[in-house]
Amino acid sequence: MSMPETAATPPATGAVREITFGQAIREALAEEMRRDPRVFIIGEDVAEAGTPFKVLSGLVEEFGRERVIDSPISEAGITGLATGAAMTGMRPVVDIMFGDFLTLAMDQIANQAAKVHYMSGGKLKVPLVVRTTLGATRRSAAQHSQSLHAWVSHVPGLKVALPSTPYDAKGLLKSAIRDDSPVVFFEDKMMYTMRGGVPAEEYTIPLGVAEVKRPGGDITIVATSSMVHVALAAAEALAAEGISAEVVDPRTTMPLDTETIIESARKTGRAMVVDEGYERYGVTAEIAAVIAEGAFQYLDAPVRRLGAMHVPIPFSPVLEDLTVPTPETVAATARALCGRA
Amino acid sequence: MAKARGSRVQRPTPAREHEVLASVPRDQWLAVYTQMLTIRVFEEHVHDLWRRGKMPGLAHLYIGQEAVAVGVCQALRPDDYITSTHRGHGHCLAKGAAADRMFAELLGKAAGYCRGKGGSMHIADPETGNLGANAIVAGSAGIATGAALSAKMRGSAQVAACFFGEGALGQGVLYEAMNMAALWKLPVIYVCENNLYNEYTHYAETTAGEMAARSAAFAISTTEVDGQDVRAVYAAAHAAVQRARQGGGPTFLLCHTYRFHGHHVGDVDRSYYRSKEEEQQWRSGRDPLRILADWLRAQGTAQPDDFERIERSVRALVEAAVQFALSAPYPEASEVHQDVYA
Ligand SMILES: Cc1ncc(C[n+]2csc(CCOP(=O)(O)OP(=O)(O)O)c2C)c(N)n1
Repeated sequence: MSMPETAATPPATGAVREITFGQAIREALAEEMRRDPRVFIIGEDVAEAGTPFKVLSGLVEEFGRERVIDSPISEAGITGLATGAAMTGMRPVVDIMFGDFLTLAMDQIANQAAKVHYMSGGKLKVPLVVRTTLGATRRSAAQHSQSLHAWVSHVPGLKVALPSTPYDAKGLLKSAIRDDSPVVFFEDKMMYTMRGGVPAEEYTIPLGVAEVKRPGGDITIVATSSMVHVALAAAEALAAEGISAEVVDPRTTMPLDTETIIESARKTGRAMVVDEGYERYGVTAEIAAVIAEGAFQYLDAPVRRLGAMHVPIPFSPVLEDLTVPTPETVAATARALCGRA
Repeated sequence: MAKARGSRVQRPTPAREHEVLASVPRDQWLAVYTQMLTIRVFEEHVHDLWRRGKMPGLAHLYIGQEAVAVGVCQALRPDDYITSTHRGHGHCLAKGAAADRMFAELLGKAAGYCRGKGGSMHIADPETGNLGANAIVAGSAGIATGAALSAKMRGSAQVAACFFGEGALGQGVLYEAMNMAALWKLPVIYVCENNLYNEYTHYAETTAGEMAARSAAFAISTTEVDGQDVRAVYAAAHAAVQRARQGGGPTFLLCHTYRFHGHHVGDVDRSYYRSKEEEQQWRSGRDPLRILADWLRAQGTAQPDDFERIERSVRALVEAAVQFALSAPYPEASEVHQDVYA
């Protein structure tokens, strides 16, 4: 995937390098581990292997096996251990190889890490990051392709980030590691090799601040993670037809920057939401409701949403490709909303 | 190779093993050899299809471990159950799946066992008792144990064999399931294939204590075998199946083995986690096909031209299966909505 120029332009000052999404993640981790000796990584094949996606390559060489810990295949166990370590002075970053395996760690995430701070009357903190992946179309079938960020966004106490560019990935991950609440951080595994500009000098991006990835006046397309690029491609096609689409990337679903989203919808008068999670009961529904509540009087059409089809993700490429939004389906929906179908 | 400690960890007694093995007609070992070779050649073609860009996604090859699947499945009835793993092609074939429909599944075609919806890691074939391969490590521990519970409740005398790699020993659900299997004397056989590596990490770095001590702690009958010797695997599996059918409860069968290829087809540079020498030692000295072939030759059961004949027919069958799959149609788009709910 090439980086559209309009997406996540880094600040103009200082040197900017083109690096991959995977490198941006690695840089964020390395910088935070240098900065704070309490930060450590735990997960399956994170050390010498650097994960199956090679995202962590080189970290064990710099930080050693004490801080880049290869674990058994024990998602529940490592997330539980990390929660306990976080409650007692460390700042763990757990690596859950595929987002689908969050289910194995779910009690630790949703019943333990998420609730400790509140249940203890604010006395205990869980500065924990769970890094994991989302995204289909890798031909990995139903247990390795899901985008389950809605599951964790649903649980009070968890913050949830899902960056769409190398720039956002680095800045958001650094903030996530510094945050005193548990953060689940989703990386699209199809995006690891995508390149983009990242400043050489240090920066962070606060959790809860959306970014307009492409300004426009006719329709708002709120899109997350991989779907930002799908939306940008659709916006490009729509521009050629005289429809000016504004692409808004919330960057985090919790906290959610409702202000930026509502403001855009009020301005354009039409809105749709695109996300790779299952469409039913998902992130798209939540954001659509936010828009409906905040911009109802300004809207010329009902809010539309596009998510993954309500089916387990099939293996066969001819079927899998039907299950996720594409630039074509996004553009078609936008056209219909603009009365141009 | 890890040796089990503790009095409850058994090797099959030589006399008993001898008796079981002696009861197998010589010709049957030729059939066993044919099955193992079919798996080997099947996997070679999978590798080839992937390298030629004909197979979507990845696959985890079973080459080197053939004796485990075939040895265990030889001891099962057609209506007995198995559950399999991400490295599952060998289990599926050994339980009776047809190569052509398997290849069709691997290529995402409608003629595949799962109509193209499952792919390499999810082949299920209820007609041969295969309740499905599973891409979640230890994901089928509950399913296999539940099938055993069901068999017991229905009084069917079926047993269930649950295949998993030693990496699954990291997952809690396995211990929950084993505890219940032992408590309720369920007819399930936990087949742990210790091929030394959890992906790219040696088991010694992820597995405390002795593997066999885990099941022994639940008082589950535990047997350790050379997973490269199909006759030894068969003898142990046969004993476990008999015990299970007679109401004697579960067995933990720990098979020491090795995968000759990478964790998956894309795992080409392996030097950072295991040496070429180690791979070479297993390939040349511990090849399950050669071990059986040597025995067959020494027994005078097979002559060189028998092996050539078998190889020719296996290759012809597998090649035809590949051709079938390559020319088979993809599913219709409308199928994407089918079978979400029963
Ligand atoms: C719950 C879960 N965690 C992680 C993975 C990723 N993964 C796939 S195979 C594998 C290693 C499995 O090792 P083992 O069980 O020994 O089987 P082998 O690959 O050696 O056959 C891992 C970690 C997974 N599929 N499921």
